[in-house]
This record gives sequence, C-alpha cells and structure tokens, in this order.
Amino acid sequence: MDLDYSVEESQFRAEVRAFLRDQLPNEIARKVHGGKRLAKDDFVRWQKILHAKGWGASSWPVAHGGTGWSPVQQHIFDEECADAGAPMQLPFGLKMVAPVIMAFGNPAQQARFLPRIVDGSDWWCQGYSEPGSGSDLASLKTRAVRDGDHYVVNGQKTWNTLGQYADWIFCLVRTSSEGRQQEGISFLLIDMKTPGITVRPIIMMDGEHEINEVWFEDVKVPVENRVGEENKGWTYAKFLLGHERTGIAGVGRSKRELKKLKAIACRESSAGRPLIEDARFRDRIAQVEMELMALEITNLRVISAEGEKKRAPGPEASILKIKGSEIQQLLTELQMQALGHYALPWLHESLDPAWSGDPAMPAYEDDAGPLSGHYFNVRKTTIYGGSNEIQKNIISQMILGL
Amino acid sequence: MNFDYTEEQIALQDTLRRFFARDYGFEHRRAMSKSADGFDRAAWATFADFGILALPFPEDFGGLNGNAVDTMLVMEMLGRGLALEPYLPGVVLCGGLLRDAGSTAQKEALLPAIAGGELMLAFAHFGAGGRYALDHVATKATPEGGGWTLDGAKAVVLAAPSADKFIVSAREGLGLSLFLVDAKAPGVSLRSYPTQDGARAADLRLDGVQVSADALIGPAGGALPLIERAVDYANAALCAEAVGIMAALNEVTLEYLKTRKQFGQPIGKFQALQHRMADMVIATEQARSMATLAAVRADSDDAAERSRCIAAAKAYVLQSARLVGQQAVQLHGGMGVTDELNVGHYFKRLTMIGLSFGDVDYHLGRFSDSLLAA
Ligand SMILES: Cc1cc2nc3c(=O)[nH]c(=O)nc-3n(C[C@H](O)[C@H](O)[C@H](O)COP(=O)(O)OP(=O)(O)OC[C@H]3O[C@@H](n4cnc5c(N)ncnc54)[C@H](O)[C@@H]3O)c2cc1C
Repeated sequence: MDLDYSVEESQFRAEVRAFLRDQLPNEIARKVHGGKRLAKDDFVRWQKILHAKGWGASSWPVAHGGTGWSPVQQHIFDEECADAGAPMQLPFGLKMVAPVIMAFGNPAQQARFLPRIVDGSDWWCQGYSEPGSGSDLASLKTRAVRDGDHYVVNGQKTWNTLGQYADWIFCLVRTSSEGRQQEGISFLLIDMKTPGITVRPIIMMDGEHEINEVWFEDVKVPVENRVGEENKGWTYAKFLLGHERTGIAGVGRSKRELKKLKAIACRESSAGRPLIEDARFRDRIAQVEMELMALEITNLRVISAEGEKKRAPGPEASILKIKGSEIQQLLTELQMQALGHYALPWLHESLDPAWSGDPAMPAYEDDAGPLSGHYFNVRKTTIYGGSNEIQKNIISQMILGL
Repeated sequence: MNFDYTEEQIALQDTLRRFFARDYGFEHRRAMSKSADGFDRAAWATFADFGILALPFPEDFGGLNGNAVDTMLVMEMLGRGLALEPYLPGVVLCGGLLRDAGSTAQKEALLPAIAGGELMLAFAHFGAGGRYALDHVATKATPEGGGWTLDGAKAVVLAAPSADKFIVSAREGLGLSLFLVDAKAPGVSLRSYPTQDGARAADLRLDGVQVSADALIGPAGGALPLIERAVDYANAALCAEAVGIMAALNEVTLEYLKTRKQFGQPIGKFQALQHRMADMVIATEQARSMATLAAVRADSDDAAERSRCIAAAKAYVLQSARLVGQQAVQLHGGMGVTDELNVGHYFKRLTMIGLSFGDVDYHLGRFSDSLLAA
C-alpha cells in the first residue's frame, strides 16, 4: 500500500505544470476561474495548443495520435489543467466517439475522423437522448431507412450539449423494429451541415443556451458513415458508456472549486468577522472536503486497477459518477451560500468575460455574479450521463446482483 | 387546540387560488418578470381589491385587523402562485413596522395608501459585512437642524426599484433608528437589477440625505427590537410562502411521475422514486407544521419565545425546501433544468427564500443558542 505518487509521476506533474504556466492563455484561465461564459473559440484554441504539444488526446493510444499516458498520468494531467484554469476538453469527440471509432470503425473512418478530433478541427456532439427516450435510451425512435448507399434519417434528438457549434453529431438511430429494442439500433456519424437538420436552442434555468433540440427531416447519410455493423449500435454505445466514466469524477475541477469556496469564505464577513471563522459554515466546508478526499482516493483506486489491466472501467465507475456529481453540486451551493445576500442579484451580464464588476456595487467581487447561476446550472450533473438513480440501479444490479 | 381556518379565511384562500389559476398563469408571470417593473401592477390593484394589502392593519387606518395566521394564508397562496409582487417587503415588513411603531400621523398618512395599493415601500436595512446580523448597521444618521442626515449604503434592497419610499435603518451613536426616506429625495441613488426569482431589487446609496424630524419611526436609537420583530414576522411569512411552493412542486412532480413513461411504465412505478416522493411529502407536511407554529408565535409579545420558534421554523423549513426543490428538479430529468418549465422557477424562488433574512445556518444558530438560555 502506497498512496504517494512515484518519482516519475511527480516529475510528470512538474512538466505539465510548467507547460500550463507557459502555454495556457491568461485570458482563458481568467474566464475559467471567474466562472465566465466560454466561447467556442476558447475551447478550440486550447485544443490546438495542446495538439501542438502532442497532448491533444491524453486518453488515446499513441498509434492514433494520443499521448499513450497511463490512467494515473491522465489523472495528474486533468488535475493540473483544472487547477490552472484550463477549459475542460469536451468529451464528445475525444472521449465518446473516438474510442468507438478506434474499436469498431474501419481504417478509412479512423483516418478521416480521428486526426480532426485531436487537432481541434471538428466539433462533435452527442445525439442519443430523445424526448421519449432518456433513461430508457434503448426505446429510441429516430429512424434510419436504407435507400441504396444512403440512410434517410427522420426524428428528433434532444438535450444536445453545445450542438449549436457542432460540425458532426454521432447518433443512435433505429434501423430495425424486429426483435429486442436493443438489437435494432445503429451508430451513425452525421455531418451537421447536411440538409434537413434543424438545431433549436433550449434555454436552461440559468438563462444560458447550452443545450439544443436537433431535428432530422429526410436527412441523407452515406452508409459509409455507419460505424460497425448495422443493428449493433447498442453494443458500441454500451462500450462508450464505460469510457465516458473515466474522468467523470471531476476531482480536479472540484479541488479548484473547493479552493474558491475557501477563498470566498475568507473574504466574506459575518457580523464583522470572516465567514470562515463561523464554525457552522466551516463544518460544511470540512464535510465536503472529506467527501472529496475520499473520492480522490476512490478514483485513484479505480483508475489504477484499470491501468494494471485488472479490468475495464466497470460498474464501480457509477460510484465515481454519483459522488463526483454530488460534490460538484454541493460546492456550488456552498459558494452561493457563502455570498449571503450578494447571491440574490441575477447579474446575467456578469457571465460576459468583459464584465468585471460594477462600480456602483463595490461590494461585489468579480466572481460573485456568476455563482448563483452555476448552482442552478449544475443541477444537470445528477441528471445527465445516466442519472444518479440509474447509476444506483447499475450498482444494485451489476455489483450487488439484486 | 384548533387547526382549522375560519370561513372567512377559507373564502380568501379560494379567491386567491382562483385568481392565480385564471389570471396569473405561468406565461403571464414570465412576461411580467421581463417587464420594466418586474411585476404586475394590475395584479397589485387586484390585491388591493381583495383586501390583502389592508389585511395586517388596524381598522382605524383602513385595515382589516388580520393576524399573522391571515398573513400566512396569503403568503402560502402567493407562493403557490409564484407571485412576483412585493407583498413581503411592502405590506408585511414595512407595513408591519409602521403598524407596530409608526406615530398616529404616520399611520394615518401611510397605511391607507398602502392598503389601497397606491403606496409601495421597501425595507433598506442590510449592508456590507454584516451578513444576516440585524444589529450590524453601518449607515449613519447625524442629527442636523432638528432632523437628520443619512449616509451609507444598503445591499440588495428587495423591491427597491418600484418603491415610493424606503424605511432605512441607520446608526446614531450607540443605537439604531428607522427613517422614512422618499425614493426621490436628493442623495438617494439606486443600482437596480433582477433577482434570482425574476423580481427586482437594488443596491442603495445614501449620500447626505436630509430627513426631517417626522421621518423618524419609533424611538431614536431604540429601533433594534422593532427590526427584530419585523424580521421575525417576515421570516414567518417566508416559511408560509415556502410551504406554498413546496406543495405546488409536489403536485407537479407527482403528476409527472404518473405521466412520464420510461421502460414501458410510468416512472412513478419505480420504488426508488416512490420513496423519494414520499420523503418530499413528509418534508412538506413537517414544514407546514413549523410554518403554522411560526405564524401563531409571530404575534406573540414574548420576544424570546417568538424568536426562538421562528428561528427553529425557518431553519427547518429551509431544510425541507432544499430537499423538495432539488428533488423536484431531479425527478423531472432534463425537463427539470429548463427555463421553459415552472419547476425551475419555483426552485429558484425557494433558493432565494433560503438566502433572504437569514439562511439555514443563521437560524439554526439562533435556535441552538436559545438552548443555552433555557
Ligand atoms: C444539461 C444536460 C445536457 C445533456 N447533454 C446531452 C447530450 O449532449 N446528448 C445526449 O444524448 N443527451 C444529453 N442529455 C440527456 C440526458 O442523458 C438525459 O436527460 C438523461 O438520460 C435522463 O433522461 P430524461 O431527461 O429523459 O429523464 P427520465 O429518463 O424521464 O427520468 C426522469 C426521472 O426518473 C428517474 N428514473 C428514470 N428511470 C428510472 C428507473 N428505472 N429507476 C429509478 N429512477 C428512474 C430519473 O433518474 C429521473 O430522475 C443531457 C441532459 C442534460 C440535463
């Protein structure tokens, strides 16, 4: 038993830290630390910087243009990036569709799509959920009917994260209604510029446009854009879910937010004394910090086992998803609570990177405006990626055999 | 012991329920929230017609002589209806302060105007650095020419942008005093903004604002007990509002569990969700009991007992509200996080109640400290 990083791992951390110090653009880090809205260009620019260093895909094997890092190295990388205020690398291309293309795509698909993911050329989004098919994904109804060398796709996807920027969408579509639901699903890669696709915004309760409905009306998709075999899409989707969970714990980001929470609690005062001196509030911070300490080690245990090839990320990843999302929610809740009255103003304009406080409101720090919006925004984390209820079903069925 | 509302109270409840169902639907509310005032002036006039703006005032001043239980009933309905109108700051807080501490001349001049819906007031008390402590006031009152000059800043004054007058707390020597300040008085400036719930508030600056002797409400330097009483009253009212919201959230969530189908059945068939929903209902019933206690004790002259019960009620209700609000969103899945559905808006209002006039820790602390005194 040894809970310390090896010498090589510590050296690796120092190398990542130095890189971030030199290469992460200041204005992007400021937005991330201040909870500001990130533009498409911020994500793309950062991906291109990482790619130039050869670090565009920390979870990919070298053969496909990745770093070939061990899971522990990936974890160190994630943690350092989060701490430095790097934008999150969106998972849709790198962590969702790419592993499927690597495992089940043909060489032509690999050559066509993978390089453009790692170098930041293509923005991908995920087209799984439908209005009638959320937790029960296998009931999906969007149809793809074969017509010569094309499929004709009709239907509606929803809750599409950042689909408004996407070049490509990977979709689960129904190609057969015979047999079990799961056996009639195929995995299609669809160019968002294809005629017949309409993207409509869904505004979330924080007032932001982060998700969309995507409508398909007689959309022609070349058969060569199907990954793997027809009607085997469900198998690929399940494979993807295992991958999606690595990094899902979000330990690095939560550590950054915990730091921020402490900073706010030191800065705000309660009856003339720093809020952090109020034991009742400090205990709340302590409680969430203990949860995070435990999660960090649980996460390392899961990824070390994965690294030693003892097993693929399995149902225990559900533990990471549940705890990771709960901690993230609790941190934003406490940040908001720490602000007291100052959390009540709905300063939507404060999400704009150009907004830096208001001279008429000297008591508001730069980061105060976005915080209550974040609390409302992160309610999503226990709902998406398989809701926490579904994760508990997985634990009870797959781990406990109930 | 009697837990029943009177016939009159039931009639008022029905009137309000009908009003919100018929004339104050969710899309109407959304439009009003986006209007310049951030609320519906026509609804305010209707409230005057219903008599609820006159409810807590003595008959001599155009009021209906209602008690805190009447206020609770109204607040619960305003919660259910997700009303944007500033009933709490205008009628409950400022109206209550004037009723309890105003001079006869002040009451004659102001209470009938509040009751008629013509005069709107806001309570400008909290400032930087004090968090929820009621005695932490940095705004200064300097005696001058028989009146006072006020200097300072107030944070997040609810309903300030629509207020005709403010009741401002200020420190004079060792004590606190309350002053009536005209919103248009020279030296008063506002920085207005929407709040989480879609209503409006403002930060207020007072730069050398002159008030005359008759602007003083209650005894000079002796306003703290009045403020404590008024804020207790407001917290009891907020407990009732929260209960109204929780009841509404439980209804829409229950309906969703019965109609939303996944895996070929209504999601309400899943036992995990049945138990969650049961927990939400239990929390709401318990919160309702505490809100009732708070309302009954709000009129008590025993300040210690009043504060103790209202602190316990607010802390308890906020814990229940957190559970119900968060779970109502969760059980709606993706729909729950949208702006389109009313669930998120109820949730935001509940969250805001949790940060207004003392959060859960503040009230738990007050109640916990009262155990030492016992
Ligand atoms: C912000 C956000 C971003 C998203 N991004 C994407 C995206 O990019 N691409 C994409 O394809 N999807 C995306 N999703 C969709 C997400 O995966 C679904 O919302 C999720 O699967 C839940 O489905 P649902 O919303 O239909 O809720 P439902 O499945 O209708 O669930 C409603 C409630 O019932 C519970 N429930 C359902 N079944 C059971 C059961 N068997 N046992 C116990 N409880 C149950 C759920 O946990 C939930 O609380 C996103 C969602 C959100 C909120």
